[in-house]
Amino acid sequence: MSPFSPGCPAPPGPLRPGCPAPIGPRPGRRRHHSALLALKPQPPSRRHPSAHRRAPRSRPVTGATMSQGAGGSSSLLLLLAGLLSALGPSPATSIHVYTQREVHGTVGSHVTLSCSFWSSEWISEDISITWHFQAEGSRDSISIFHYAKGQPYIDEVGNFKERMEWVGNPRRKDGSIVIHNLDYTDNGTFTCDVKNPPDIVGKSSQVTLYVFEKVPTRYGVVLGSIIGGALLLVAVVVALVYLLRYCWLRRQVALQRRLR
Amino acid sequence: MLLLLLGIIVLHVTVLVLLFVSTIVSQWLVNDGHTADLWQNCTSGNVFHCLTSSTNEWLQSVQAMMILSIIFSVLSLFLFFCQLFTLTKGGRFYITGIFQILAGLCVMSGAAIFTVRHPDWHPEGSSYGFAYILAWLAFPLALASGVVYVILRKRE
Repeated sequence: MSPFSPGCPAPPGPLRPGCPAPIGPRPGRRRHHSALLALKPQPPSRRHPSAHRRAPRSRPVTGATMSQGAGGSSSLLLLLAGLLSALGPSPATSIHVYTQREVHGTVGSHVTLSCSFWSSEWISEDISITWHFQAEGSRDSISIFHYAKGQPYIDEVGNFKERMEWVGNPRRKDGSIVIHNLDYTDNGTFTCDVKNPPDIVGKSSQVTLYVFEKVPTRYGVVLGSIIGGALLLVAVVVALVYLLRYCWLRRQVALQRRLR
Repeated sequence: MLLLLLGIIVLHVTVLVLLFVSTIVSQWLVNDGHTADLWQNCTSGNVFHCLTSSTNEWLQSVQAMMILSIIFSVLSLFLFFCQLFTLTKGGRFYITGIFQILAGLCVMSGAAIFTVRHPDWHPEGSSYGFAYILAWLAFPLALASGVVYVILRKRE
């Protein structure tokens, strides 16, 4: 069924009076933009609109039906524009914070907790960056770092006293901190939260710190090295054997030629 | 003559199949409802779920040995067909035999390391599954197949 009026077949179907003509140029036909030309004497390929019973390939164009088809397409465009404008604004004006998922560190060394963010607004002076720490097995999340009005405030009384360092740069969208002299009590989840007024809606991001005695080797290093080493060894030995045999054969041939 | 060739190829393919099955199937150690293998530990029962095995270095070396044995056996089969058509009359299938013997040695060392070191990554009290037995079975068959290749002379 045609979307424009009931009872009309969908194009390209047989044409009926009162139904809009199919929109768009037919291949191989010249297009006459003004529908009012219907009153002019038509060339033999054009049919009069009243001759609706002819073959569907003919194209009777009247002013009324043309404007009806155009009105239908413009209403569709309006609908699309409305949908897009409804969907448009929401994702663009929230702040996005990115950190690593897991960080591994060894006891006594230092580790960098990197936090970067993306904001659709300009970085203003009112930007605030906060770091919270939730120890492993604990339910409390304590605040350990705050940056506001261009000033960083690091922990001076808590667990991270004299161990934390601010290495971020809000202008460069970076809010990273460095923890020195790691200990097993630093195992836990660190949360980075950034607010850039008026862009304040957004999710904060978490990074989990694991402190080891020594950093474990990644899975697959031993596997890959054994397989690679063995295959390389075998390839080298086979190549050597073939080379030796080739040289020996050549020497045999040279000796035989000399003996003759 | 053709029968001998067919028999040798069947033996080689049997070794290959044994190696593949024992490497892939999850049945090296069996507890009730609990199977462990080179790649994953699976629990059946009410809920069937599998976790990847530990990242122990010895387990990785066993995995590497099994993979190497498969690689060498496949290479040996490929080289056998190459040498079948290119070797001079009376020549011996040295390379094929050596690769097959290497595959057998790799399986043996992998299974041996697994036997000695499996308490490291799996609790005691499990019996050995059939994939483990297949791995040990593949070792003498691979050695025998390799020796046959070394002794065999090409006739036409």
